[in-house]
This record gives sequence, structure tokens and C-alpha cells, in this order.
Amino acid sequence: MTITVYVPLLVTVVLAVLAPRAARRLPPRAAARSLACAATVTALGWLGSLALLSFTGLAQIPEVAEQGHWSVAALRAADPVSLAVAVLGALGLAAATGSLAVAAVRGTRHLRWARREAAALPGDTELAVLDDPVPQAFALPGAPGRIVVSRGMLRCLGDDERAALLAHERAHLRGRHHLYLVLWRLTAAVTPLLRPLADAGGFVLERWADETAAAHVGSRTVVARAVGRAALATTAAQDRPALAATGGAVPQRVRALLGPPPPPRALPVVAGAALLALCCASLAEAAFDSERMVVTARSAERAAATAPADTAGSGHPAPVATAPLAADPEAAADGARHRHHHRGAHRPGGRA
Amino acid sequence: MRERGSEVAGEPSGRRARGELESSVLAVLWAADRPLTARQVLAELPGDLAYTTVLTILSRSHDKGMLVRRREGRGHAYTPARDEAPDTAARMRTLLDRDSDRDAVLARFVSGLSAGDGQLLQRLLTGPGRGRPAEES
Repeated sequence: MTITVYVPLLVTVVLAVLAPRAARRLPPRAAARSLACAATVTALGWLGSLALLSFTGLAQIPEVAEQGHWSVAALRAADPVSLAVAVLGALGLAAATGSLAVAAVRGTRHLRWARREAAALPGDTELAVLDDPVPQAFALPGAPGRIVVSRGMLRCLGDDERAALLAHERAHLRGRHHLYLVLWRLTAAVTPLLRPLADAGGFVLERWADETAAAHVGSRTVVARAVGRAALATTAAQDRPALAATGGAVPQRVRALLGPPPPPRALPVVAGAALLALCCASLAEAAFDSERMVVTARSAERAAATAPADTAGSGHPAPVATAPLAADPEAAADGARHRHHHRGAHRPGGRA
Repeated sequence: MRERGSEVAGEPSGRRARGELESSVLAVLWAADRPLTARQVLAELPGDLAYTTVLTILSRSHDKGMLVRRREGRGHAYTPARDEAPDTAARMRTLLDRDSDRDAVLARFVSGLSAGDGQLLQRLLTGPGRGRPAEES
């Protein structure tokens, strides 16, 4: 527990640094799936770690201990987590769940909004054209989703490029890319550390749709030209300058399309999977330790309760613990022995 | 290399392919600045399609009220029907401008460019092949 409970937090930090960079080198579909998987597991691991840390603090409150029938003294002696850390954990957990709830409400609202708008667009065709000279194009998820493109956008593209644009937006709809986006938003709400994963995810989805479009029109150069031309036309039509934050994505997409297709790579995926497995195993072990600690504290409490009866000479032998165990140091030592034993026995299996 | 031809011939997913083709035809007509005949639409569409396929799509779309047509020679010339919901475009744009958070669910084709990006993009597009595709940013 001393170390294992922090491992998910550490894995989150490591992935927040490494995963976005690795994702940009993978084929985009594999990258999107890996990022979704990594974000989900680390977000859950993050919540689990904070929950365990705050539980150890909460369990030391006498009223809570009384409800749970465990000995505060034994717990405190066995517990490797300081109260300050436990309080931090509890605050972190409250913040994470609060912001997750907000993000979930907003995500649901946005999905509903998109669905409503998709249904309200004129016509029943896949493509809805906006009679608008300002170039814009996006996929509006719904049942069914619609491709929304303005007249201005269609006019700035050549024949092949229009086909590429439609194939790109279609790839978003068919691949249900909006669900990935919502998922990343939720995980980034759990901890801001996962925001880089969400940003990389957005980029990787565009690349995925670009590559699907390239396969459809049979040319990656055509897609590159379509993306570039559309971006230049969009920027020219904007009355205000683009936000600096969005800068860079389009040139990177164009460059990736003009270069050779990204080869599949096993190493980043395997390394990422190993990190996630470590995260899960550590969390499981920390949870197991935590439960063990409670069991020990409970038996200490029971021993303390039966001890006066023993000294009164009623004659029952205490089944679990001898009378002196009620004294704190002994209970702590017992707890530590238990945990140590468990760890020795289980670690190799848990990590495999 | 092109999957398009076989997809349009469409043995397994005929309905889906027809939907895609409908989108392509609509896009061609909206991009044009004058009415187009079926043959002209066919010329603008990539891939090799049958003339009759395009004709069918056009008349079906016309029946649905998405296109208007006028006689031209022995056939018709088509334009998109415009005034169905004139406020849709404006409403879409203001909704999107006001709440950028909605980008969470809709994937835009392109984002705006910073000034430097614009120049970089021009360079990338004017010099394909001799660019430096492997360069890392």
C-alpha cells in the first residue's frame, strides 16, 4: 500500500508526457484506440487511488470507526498513509468527481443538441448544405449523423477534393468519433493531467479520417490539398485571427499526408499496455492491502472488546487474538506481518 | 486502388452507396454556379459511373424537393433548392461561434490557421514531393 497506491498516479503522469508524442507516430486508428484505452484506465486508476487514500483518512475518524467496528489505534498504527496525504486525497477525489459530473452533464447536453440539430437540418440526405458563403464543414453526430458543409466550402474545392472532404466527414460519423471526443473530455475532467491525451486524441481522429478519405479517393495528395485549401479559405474568410491554440494541426496533417503512410509499430502499444497493466495490478494490490488493514483493525477491536471478559475469569479463550494484542504496538506488528506475508506471496502473480 | 467504383456498383451495401452518391451529386450542384445537366454532373464526379445512375439520383432528389430543374434540350438542368430554411446557415454559425465548447461533439474539417501556418501550408502545397515530409515539428 505504501507504494502501490501511488503507482496509478505515477502511471498517469508518465502517460501524460509520453502518450501524446507516441500517438502521433502510430497509424491514426491504432493511436486513437490506444489513447482512448489509456485515458480510461488511468482516469479510473486515478479515482481509485484517491479513493483509497481518502478512505484511510476517513476510516480514522472515531465515528466512522465505530460504525465499521474497527480499532482506530490499530488502523493508525498499520496505516502507512499520513493524515495530511489522506486529506489531500479526499480533496482531490471530491474535485475529480465534481468536475467529472459537470463534464458528464455537458457532454450529454452536447450530444443531445447535435442529435436535435442533425434531425432539424433540411432534407433527409447524408449531406446538408448550408447556403452560406463562409467556408465551413463538420460532421454532426446523430441518428443518423449528417455531414454539414457550406456552399462556400464546396466552391473552394476541386472535384476530387470535394470527394475527399465528404469521405473525411463520413469517416468521423461511421467511426463514431464524437464518442471518443466525449470520452477524452470526461477523462480530462478527472484530472487535468490527461488533457494532453485529449488534445492528441482530437488530432489523431482528424488524421484517422484523413487516411480513410485517402483510401476512399485513392490519393493521399488529394486529401492533403483538400485540407490545405479548405484551411486557407476558412482563414481568409475569418474576420478575427485564429486562436494560437489551434495553430499547427492543419500543417501537421498536410505534412503527414504528403509523407509516407505511418508504419504500424508494436513497441509504443506494448509499452503502454504494460504501464496500464501495472496501474491496474497496483491498484488491485493497494485495495487488497487496504481491506486487509481493515480486517486486522476489526479483529483488534474485537479482541479489545472481549479482553475485559477474559480478565473477569469467564474462561473463554479468545479465538483470534490473545489479550495483549489489544495493546496498540502488538496489533500494529501483527498487521504489518500480515501485509508483509501477503505481499511476498502475491506480488509475482499480480505483476505477471 | 480506387474502391469507389466497386463501392458504387455496391453489391453488399447498395443503400449506403446510393446515399453517398446522392451526397456527391448534391455537392457538385452546390459547387456549380449554374444549372447542370445529368451529363455535366457525371463529368464532375470522380470515378466511372453510369449515366443512368446519375440520372436516377437527380430525378429522385428532385422528387424529394431538394433540387429544382428546368428543361434544357431534351433533358433537364438541375440546381439545388435554396430557400427551404434560409435561417439554418446563420443559426448554425451563431450557435457554433457562441459556444466553442460544442466542438466537443462535432469534428470540424479544418481549424483556422495562424499567420505562420498559412505560409507554411502554402509552401507544403506548392512544392509537393520536394518538401520535407519527415521533418518533426
